[in-house]
Amino acid sequence: MSEVKKVLFGPILSNNPIALQILGICSALAVTSSMSVSLVMCVALTVVTAFSNLFIAVIRSHIPNSIRIIVQMIIIASLVIVVDQVLKAFAYEISKQLSVFVGLIITNCIVMGRAEAYAMKNGPAMSFLDGIGNGLGYSAMLIIVAFFRELLGAGKLLGVPIFETVQNGGWYQPNGLMLLPPSAFFVIGLVIWALRAYKTEQVEEPEFTIAKNSRSQEAL
Amino acid sequence: MASSNDSISKTIIVAVALCLVCSIFVAGAAVGLKPIQQENRDLDRKRNILAAAQMLQPSESVEEVFATVEKRLVNMEAGRFATDAELQDAGVNVDSYNQQAAAKDPELSTSLKGESDPASIKRRAKFAAVYVVKDENAKARIILPVHGYGLWSTMYGFMALESDLSTVVGFGFYQQAETPGLGGEVDNPNWKALWEGKEVYNEEGEAVIRLAKGSVDSNDPNASHKVDGLSGATLTSRGVTNLVQYWLGSEGFGPFLAELRSEGV
Repeated sequence: MSEVKKVLFGPILSNNPIALQILGICSALAVTSSMSVSLVMCVALTVVTAFSNLFIAVIRSHIPNSIRIIVQMIIIASLVIVVDQVLKAFAYEISKQLSVFVGLIITNCIVMGRAEAYAMKNGPAMSFLDGIGNGLGYSAMLIIVAFFRELLGAGKLLGVPIFETVQNGGWYQPNGLMLLPPSAFFVIGLVIWALRAYKTEQVEEPEFTIAKNSRSQEAL
Repeated sequence: MASSNDSISKTIIVAVALCLVCSIFVAGAAVGLKPIQQENRDLDRKRNILAAAQMLQPSESVEEVFATVEKRLVNMEAGRFATDAELQDAGVNVDSYNQQAAAKDPELSTSLKGESDPASIKRRAKFAAVYVVKDENAKARIILPVHGYGLWSTMYGFMALESDLSTVVGFGFYQQAETPGLGGEVDNPNWKALWEGKEVYNEEGEAVIRLAKGSVDSNDPNASHKVDGLSGATLTSRGVTNLVQYWLGSEGFGPFLAELRSEGV
């Protein structure tokens, strides 16, 4: 049971794919300017990771080593196309906003990383849970980023005005930078900082120590 | 087991079997969901037509409002509404006419080259599907389809004009694949709102509306013919200028609108 718990909830705090492994950054920058779009992206990625892990784990003992990456890619790509088609059929507006980013789940490092690192070595049930767990970890990060970006950038949450903006006669001057992708870097950076302050074991060993300033009298 | 997995025959069998299963899966999903997707696309088109005409009310259903708009075909060469006889000759039904498909059909389109094709559309349908607003209270009078090439994609949109057939009521694209965040900002509601109230034609009746570089100076005497350009998207902006000037100019809807204006319809 504790193993299930670890696989399912571990990726949220102690092994977050974005915060610790720094995977899947590109979509975290691109789709987080509004909460509703982020939520759909989270669901899409969680579904794809879970099912790609499941299918890869089912056939893992039959995958020839020489073409294993291609096999994983085919499974992932097929799932992503199906998700894209489903979105176009049932959530047309949102699929238009997500545009290319649903297709780019194929190249999302999290999906590929979990397939290679976990599903190739573990059973279908655990792999499925691992996919869901990593999807949740990704989702948690995306939702935090989208929360701040939409709130500070547009004064809204899920499209509902929270702060009355100046344009609508309120008091809040929206921060336009927060609507642009680079702002996600700041939010992600701050979250990583907070997370590592709380879980100090995540802090990496420095690869080298910075030399002291060499002042002229020291050099001599 | 590892060695048998890596044999050439096993590799080929796994690859072929996987490809078969995946292709059936993907094709099944694509074919099975196509009718619903088509419905969504049609609804989205209608919504965009109404949005261009500022007739979209969140409380009313799109289909209901759309019933107050009449689809009519324009004979682009003659510069007037197509007559029933012409449509019969061409075998065209007004309701099911698809201008985008017709532009690819050699029977229903003419090819454009070089100088005569500033919007880079290559072929133009002989009939254009315009939407005439029947509702007397509505601000918009006519909604014209426009399209042209931006940086990466052909952008399809609608422009709605007031009853003077020069003042823009609204403008927007319903299909484009420009760079998201740069050229893709043609879909930005704030930018689309800038078009409202602009004048397409100058006093000589030439289609002079264009995107300015940067933002429009309000002291500029021609400010009513200029719309802010999209920053970071010079080629998309140029494409928008070209397509608007082409479709509203003398090669496009210009003669048709002039005729309509003189008739006072």
